[in-house]
Amino acid sequence: MKKNPNTVSFTLNGERKTFITEPNEKLLALLRREGYKGTKFGCGQGTCGACTVLMDGRAIYSCLLFAMQAEGRDVRTIESVGTHEKPSEFQQELIDGAAVQCGFCIPGMIMSAEALMKAEDVYPDDVVREYMDGNLCRCTGYEKIWGALRRVLDRREEGREQSSESRSDPKA
Amino acid sequence: MTANPTANFKQVNHSVRKVDAVQLALGKPSYVADFAPRDALVVKMLWSPHPHAKIVSLDVSAAEKMPGVKAVLWHGNVPRIVHCTAGQGFPEPSPYDTFMFDTKVRFVGDRVAAVAAETEEQALAALAKIQVKYELLKPVFSIDEAMADGAPIIHDEPEAHVPIPIPYEPKKNLVAKVGCEAGDFEKGMKEADFTFDDVYETPYAQHCPIEPYVSLAHVDSSGRIFITTSTQVPFHCRRIVAQTLGLPVQKIRVIKPRIGGGFGSKQEILLEDVVALFALRTGRPCLWQFNREENFRTGRTRHPIRVRIRAGIKKDGTITAIGMDCWNNTGAYGGHGLTVVSCCGSKVLPLYRCDNIHFDGKVYYTNLPVGGAYRGFGATQAFFAMESTMDKMAEAIGMDPLKLRQLNHIKSGEGSPIFAALGEGKEGVPMTVGSCALGECITKGAAEIGWDKRTDWRAKTGRYRRGIGMACLMQGSSIPHIDMGGASIKLNEDGSFNLLVGATDLGTGSDTVLAQIAAEELCTATDKMIVYSSDTDMTPFDVGAYASSTTYLSGEAARKAAADAKRQILHTGAEMLNLPEDQCVCKDAHVQSKDGKKSVSYSDISCYSLYSKNQYQIIGTASHITQKSPPPFAAHFAEIEVDTWTGNVKVLKYVSTIDCGTAINPALCEGQTEGGTLNGISYALTEQYLFRNGRMTNASFTDYHIFSMRDVPPIKAIIVPSFEDTGPFGAKSVSEICINGPAPVFGNAIYNATGARLNEFPFTPEKVLNAIRAVKK
Ligand code: FES
Ligand code: FES
Repeated sequence: MKKNPNTVSFTLNGERKTFITEPNEKLLALLRREGYKGTKFGCGQGTCGACTVLMDGRAIYSCLLFAMQAEGRDVRTIESVGTHEKPSEFQQELIDGAAVQCGFCIPGMIMSAEALMKAEDVYPDDVVREYMDGNLCRCTGYEKIWGALRRVLDRREEGREQSSESRSDPKA
Repeated sequence: MTANPTANFKQVNHSVRKVDAVQLALGKPSYVADFAPRDALVVKMLWSPHPHAKIVSLDVSAAEKMPGVKAVLWHGNVPRIVHCTAGQGFPEPSPYDTFMFDTKVRFVGDRVAAVAAETEEQALAALAKIQVKYELLKPVFSIDEAMADGAPIIHDEPEAHVPIPIPYEPKKNLVAKVGCEAGDFEKGMKEADFTFDDVYETPYAQHCPIEPYVSLAHVDSSGRIFITTSTQVPFHCRRIVAQTLGLPVQKIRVIKPRIGGGFGSKQEILLEDVVALFALRTGRPCLWQFNREENFRTGRTRHPIRVRIRAGIKKDGTITAIGMDCWNNTGAYGGHGLTVVSCCGSKVLPLYRCDNIHFDGKVYYTNLPVGGAYRGFGATQAFFAMESTMDKMAEAIGMDPLKLRQLNHIKSGEGSPIFAALGEGKEGVPMTVGSCALGECITKGAAEIGWDKRTDWRAKTGRYRRGIGMACLMQGSSIPHIDMGGASIKLNEDGSFNLLVGATDLGTGSDTVLAQIAAEELCTATDKMIVYSSDTDMTPFDVGAYASSTTYLSGEAARKAAADAKRQILHTGAEMLNLPEDQCVCKDAHVQSKDGKKSVSYSDISCYSLYSKNQYQIIGTASHITQKSPPPFAAHFAEIEVDTWTGNVKVLKYVSTIDCGTAINPALCEGQTEGGTLNGISYALTEQYLFRNGRMTNASFTDYHIFSMRDVPPIKAIIVPSFEDTGPFGAKSVSEICINGPAPVFGNAIYNATGARLNEFPFTPEKVLNAIRAVKK
């Protein structure tokens, strides 16, 4: 049970944290004031996806959720994905594929893709679109973002096929 | 010109990695709001709920006493200085018709009073305590109402005026008028075998950058105001904030960090004066960001324009006359009104050869949202009318519309009387077209879409009918004799360079493009460039990111600055090698003797020049203005499928070709083309402002639909190279032109599918269905 009603405790990027909050504070506001600036405010209406974070592995709009609702959950933000020295696979593809224009939509896109890769084993186009549909981009026309993501997903699918082939080899 | 001038380029014409891509992909703090300190006050504005009203009384005393409130601004406690919010050159070709706060409100979303408080909740609670009494005035909701005799006067304040000598009659709601004639239009109409007279309407739209407008200000220890803001025009911003607050320019520093998209919307000073004054009054950092609803209602929009086209054509395809009359609804304030309507003519009429041209543009105030700069800037609106007319003319004379365009489009070495006649607030500049690969754009695009399989609509039957449409386009590259860009570049010990530019990367990739240009000139690698843009204390002046000017204009400034630094590098390198300068060349970040036997690295040259002998800073500086505005060209094609039962239009494929001269960074050029095209597609098919009594009723992404990943049709961007001699390494502009295509392309494709000609868009199922029902075979 919580001792102080005005705090919220959750796992943030792998670390257990406790924050002081107000009942009406949104998760996005809390994250940003605590320095997690990679999560963006684009609409505050749950319509653009710039504020996407993972909660227990699922992509959610942090602008719609109250901070209190994160109690006990596992929250991950863009700050947990990649570093200057070692960007994630998708980040690398976005960078190399000229898919980052203004970049404001990109952290949200990456978090939605993380959710997709966590939850699914195969990635048909319509499933991918389903996961990514909540993230608006006004700069790129999506072509290069889509291409970058597809390359990552195709490699994963291939890798999985190969590893399942090699697993089934001995039986053959 | 050599066979292929681009063959030896090492940095430009290569898709090098965007200089800020890594930090943005990692989500590192980069944008305005990311820099707000924890103790920043939150700013909120009380907006007018009425389209047209006098503020009879306003009482902020209760609000001032609310918890957490640090200051309230309203017309009673701010300077009353008339100005213009449009970030243009000075003096502006737009009326001074705006006050920081006024005693009158002119549209739903106009400023009434602002609060700065510790938290957003406290600011909102305080707004609710502000007492306002309005006297409602009769609103004006259309151009026709605005023009009518005895129409309510929207700007009756005595201070309203234009700072340059151009027509402005606020008593008639007339913001501006402009026109020109070439040849004899009436005679041309008489010579025609067929004549046309049609009226087209284009709708309101918002740019919808995913980062809404946002500004942050604080007072520095020195007492100066530092404004970090999401702007396309940092230098104009500094000037206009100084003017609005009655402060010297010296007192203000404007910093532009990374910008989350602008597309023209942020060529406007909408928040900076307020955060600056709050910072001064409270001594605290102040952050103001629009929410999405505010971004729609109060943010700038695309001017809705009515375009009447009269045209005449002979049976052989000679266009004997083109007349274009435009009525531009600029909403409650007049910024960009004149220049947008001028571009309806100047960016469209030169495309086709015609001896007899008439152009007339008028701009009116209404009590609706305010128009501003939006990618395409008038050309978008007028090309819908022009390119629909081209298809109608082709049909009348029984010619393939593609052929009619091939027959008439402007080519290298040709001019147009329009170039000289129409400028921005003054006459234009005579010009002949240098590079033009439009012919190749047309053939390549036609092959890609399968133009050959296009058939007449009368042969089509069944519920789903396919159609193919096309349009040709042009734009400009910078505003000649008006725009100026500056750059400076200095060498560091390790052979890296600081490239400081006033040019404003708003997400387009211009920092990268300018770095490539400088690196090419300096014979070094792009990743040796540390680019800094733009900061009024630190970087040279630049007019900012608009008018498709950055690559062409600021790019040439960067090239010249690099050439200046290169001269110094060569001088010191030669000194170190003990050779005359003319025996040395720069190559691969070294100065070497012509025979290649002796060489010294830029890094060693820098160390020598900084620490060893005859010390000085190797630093190049240059400015650039342009003599012409070379048009990029494009041919767009689409195949669509119309559901004749529902009126739904499905885009099967879209082809967007572009001649932007040398593509400095081909991948980024493709990105501009794809993004601009999709924005145009979304505008043509779904985007619109819905109003009730002047109030926009669909101010969210739920109700104002912009395309998401699920909606995207296959878009094929094709870059067709040309070489513009006056541009840096042959480059012209790329960013704006592509948004102009989709509306006329779809209009023509819908006609080709169904025989229904729509003179207004968005092509919603309802409109398309009604038009189909009206078709008689
Ligand atoms: S900010 Fe949360 S969806 Fe737009
Ligand atoms: S890159 Fe600008 S919104 Fe996606």
